[in-house]
Amino acid sequence: MQLDVRGPRFAAVVTTLVLIAVLVTGNGWLALAQTIVFALGAANARLSPYGVFFRTLVRPRLGPPKEFEPAEPVRFAQAVGFAFLAVASVGFLSGATVIGLVATAAALVAAFLNAAFGLCLGCEAYLLIRRALSRSGAPVAER
Amino acid sequence: MSGWTGPLVAVAVLVVATGGGLLLRRRNGLFRAVAPGRDAPGLSAKPIEAAIDPMLASLGVIPGTPVTLLQFSSAFCAPCRTTRVLCADVAERVPGVRHVELDAESHLEAVRALDIWRTPTVLVIDADGTVRRRASGAPTRAQLLAAVAEVLPESEVVTSRMSE
Repeated sequence: MQLDVRGPRFAAVVTTLVLIAVLVTGNGWLALAQTIVFALGAANARLSPYGVFFRTLVRPRLGPPKEFEPAEPVRFAQAVGFAFLAVASVGFLSGATVIGLVATAAALVAAFLNAAFGLCLGCEAYLLIRRALSRSGAPVAER
Repeated sequence: MSGWTGPLVAVAVLVVATGGGLLLRRRNGLFRAVAPGRDAPGLSAKPIEAAIDPMLASLGVIPGTPVTLLQFSSAFCAPCRTTRVLCADVAERVPGVRHVELDAESHLEAVRALDIWRTPTVLVIDADGTVRRRASGAPTRAQLLAAVAEVLPESEVVTSRMSE
C-alpha cells in the first residue's frame, strides 16, 4: 500500500504537539489517548486518526499528491511510538512521573525528527536492534 | 516534582533533537573515503584482502567490475527506496557501474564485517573488490556521481552520458 507522503508528515506534526502537551501537563489520560492513536496507526496506516483527519479535512484543500511512500515503514514507526507511549501512560497514571517523562521525551524526539526533518528514527534504529538481537543467540548469521 | 519539570523536558528535547536532526541531515549521503584495510574492523585480525573478497563475492560483487554500488537496505526504510532508484539510474547511465542492493537484515554477518549501522548505506567498490567510499543515508545525485567519478578509472569516465 502506498501513502501520500504528506499524510504521515501531518500526523507527525500533530503527534509532536500532543506529546509536548503530555510533557507540559503530565496528563496520563492524554498519553493513553495518544497510545491508542499509535496502536491504530500501527494496525493499519489508514486507521490512524490523524491520517483520517488529513484525508477528510486537509487534503481536499491541497493539490493532488505528488509523492508516495510505502506504508510499512510508517506502520513500524507507529508501533515503536506505541511501545513508548504505553510505558509513558502507565508511568503517569500510576504516579511514576519520571518514567512517564522519560518515555514521552523519547517518543517526542522521534516524532519531532519526523515532523521537522522527515527522519524516521524507528527505521534508523531497526537495523541496530536486529544486529543486537541476533548477536545474543540467534544462529542466523554466526558461523 | 515541580510543575516546571515537564515543560523543561519538552524544551530540552526539542533543542537537542533540532541539533541532532541538523547533524544527521548534513551527514546523510556524505561519501567518506575509506582507508585501505580499514573498511572491515570485524575482520581486522586477518589479512583483509583474503578475508573480504570471498565475502563481497558471495554478496554479488563481480571482480573486475570497475565500480560496484553495494547498497544495504531494510524493509522499514523510505530513503532506501529513493537511494535504490538513484543508484539504479546511475548504473544504467554510467558505463562500468553496477548496482547491487541487499536486505541488511538477511545479511547480518556481512553487516557486521562491513561495519554497517544504518540503512541505506552505499559502499563504492572498485574492480579489485576494495571498498573505496561509503555513505549512510540517502545521497544526492551529485554526491553519488562525484564518488563514482573518484573511483572509476580515468578511461571509463564517460562524462557525456552523466546527465545531472
